[in-house]
Amino acid sequence: MTSVVTLENLGKKYRLGQTHNDLLSEKIGNGVRALYQSLSGTKPLPGGEVQAEKGKEKEFWALKDVNLSVQKGEVVGIIGRNGAGKSTLLKILSRITEPTTGKITIVGRVGSLLEVGTGFHPELTGRENIFLNGAILGMSKAEIRGKFDEIVAFSEIGKFLDTPVKRYSSGMFVRLAFAVAAHLESEILIVDEVLAVGDSTFQKKCLGKMQDVSKGGRTVLFVSHNMTAIRELCERTVWLNSGQIVCMGKTREIVSRYLQENTRSVKEQIWLDARTAPGNEKVRLRLARLVARGEDSTINVHTPLDVELEYWNLVPGTELNLSLHLYNLEGTCVFNSNSSPHVYPAGLIRDVCHIPGDLLNDGVYRVMVMVDQDKSFGIYTHDDVLVFDVLDAEREINWYGKWPGLVRPNLKWTTEYVDRPETV
Amino acid sequence: MNRGKAFQNTVIRPDTVRVITPSKGWRSLNLRELLAYRELLGLLVWRDVSVRYKQSIVGIGWAIVQPIMTMILFTIIFGRFANLPSDGIPYPIFTYCALLPWNYFARSLGDSSDSLVGSSHLITKVYFPRLVLPISKAFSGLIDFSIAFIFLLGMMIWYRIPPTLGIFLLPFFIGIALLAALGAGFWFTALNVKYRDIKFVVPFIVQFWMYASPVAYSTSIIPERWRLLYGLNPMVGVIEGFRWALLGKEPPKIEMILIPLIIIMCVFVSGLYYFKKMERTFADII
Repeated sequence: MTSVVTLENLGKKYRLGQTHNDLLSEKIGNGVRALYQSLSGTKPLPGGEVQAEKGKEKEFWALKDVNLSVQKGEVVGIIGRNGAGKSTLLKILSRITEPTTGKITIVGRVGSLLEVGTGFHPELTGRENIFLNGAILGMSKAEIRGKFDEIVAFSEIGKFLDTPVKRYSSGMFVRLAFAVAAHLESEILIVDEVLAVGDSTFQKKCLGKMQDVSKGGRTVLFVSHNMTAIRELCERTVWLNSGQIVCMGKTREIVSRYLQENTRSVKEQIWLDARTAPGNEKVRLRLARLVARGEDSTINVHTPLDVELEYWNLVPGTELNLSLHLYNLEGTCVFNSNSSPHVYPAGLIRDVCHIPGDLLNDGVYRVMVMVDQDKSFGIYTHDDVLVFDVLDAEREINWYGKWPGLVRPNLKWTTEYVDRPETV
Repeated sequence: MNRGKAFQNTVIRPDTVRVITPSKGWRSLNLRELLAYRELLGLLVWRDVSVRYKQSIVGIGWAIVQPIMTMILFTIIFGRFANLPSDGIPYPIFTYCALLPWNYFARSLGDSSDSLVGSSHLITKVYFPRLVLPISKAFSGLIDFSIAFIFLLGMMIWYRIPPTLGIFLLPFFIGIALLAALGAGFWFTALNVKYRDIKFVVPFIVQFWMYASPVAYSTSIIPERWRLLYGLNPMVGVIEGFRWALLGKEPPKIEMILIPLIIIMCVFVSGLYYFKKMERTFADII
């Protein structure tokens, strides 16, 4: 197993303010002013101190301490929020920008697809743009000529090949651009969000082509926000956040963790001070916590869950129980379950509600908890005390749509083949 | 191992190993890589020329229309009204002969000075040696030059002026104009990425430069004691060279060619190195 792309301690720093907004006239003016001041010994006037800001330049590390090793033939996905550094990473690998620290070792040719249709000129025809775009991407004229018919066939441009591209619809434009890029023959392919364009038919075609590419033994680095595409194409995924690798590993796990992190879930709330905790003169909430009791901390449809609830009873001798209501995203109550009532002295009471796995369907849920007195009326209600996301799990069947139903229990079926009927 | 230097292979094979590390200070010109990208250079030149002529009504005629119009204007204002001397040669062809290399120079300087910022959409998305951009502008100017040259030959037939042997040196003179335009172009375009007001300075410089060159007038009106200083302008030697080669004037003095040539070469080489040094920042700042 050879590593074709090795990143060691890769870092990229940008200086905020280091843009093209400098003016030479300003720089010269400051220089002249500084010279005059130093010659005449006068103190610098306020407002003329562009020089002094040099030390205060703010730095921003787009990438920091990135270490990654990609093997030959691997398809690696790179995910992360906007601004995580994914595009910067690809730019450095494509030699568009230089790293600030670290070392990259690459074996073989790199083809970069950071944008669809780079260099396309609207006045030129489709045919001319194929040559232009191909050359910009790094193909030789001979190579383009050899693949020309394939490219035209893939793009489905047909008779519009010799029309100026400015006359193309956006769909045609994208198809042609992708057709050229898809025929890039390099050992390593770097793709950035390119599948985000075009209609669903086209996207399926692109996905198919990408799958061919990866099956052909080429190494692919694929940046996308489309988790379906990532799951379909990539064996391994790297999660980048704020320029650093959060984690990397098998795609299914990393994508689950990423999705979970990005739902605004509330899995725990604690109020330590009884005087300010939510409640009233009878009861006050202390703790609400959701604990996943599966193999790891991810929550999917199979994961059993524990809802831990603690509250102070302020009036001794009251008969109390908790009532838990679970709501889905549409606001429908999925179920309501109650704890057994007891008479409690004043003090802290702890209840745990055990929700079995294989009950809930995938989706986002909100917990409402109510404290009941005397088995009859609620004395305190707290909405949305917990919010969590239940993810879909790997399926044995080949159908990937949204599973219907408010609940998704794994019920037992008994099946038997009854003898064939005598009459039809 | 070269510490701090980026190792760039020009011909990359499936088993080629490349190491990318941060580079500091001056970088090598890597002319081999530039040569490997010559097809792209050719395509960019072809694109510029195609697009220019597809977009205009007159089409390829624009390469002739512009110098002709200027020639007419100059003939009326400077030739007739101001009565500037033209050394015994009919004024129109006298000035047209200078307009040819001048337009080439002015256009190449202007285009190459804006080549990086003008292609910012490419620079942020694809890798290729950025030198390809200003160089392609200098070469696309040669196409326009060639077309306007054909018209000049026509004018020479009309005025019945035979060329001298100097005609074989025409590529040399145009080469000087190319080096001058590119040398300054490298500096301007690299600076323009960071300091955007350079873009406004260049047209002014070109305008000023034209009056400092014998396009509308003859060098003979410059007093003797200023001739050497005047001759430092490389376009003086180029234009005098053109007028000698095509119109039979006396050849320019050797110091009018050699001294500016040395200056141009310094600007050119320093421009190349400065450009290469700043190249690593282009995609970040542009």
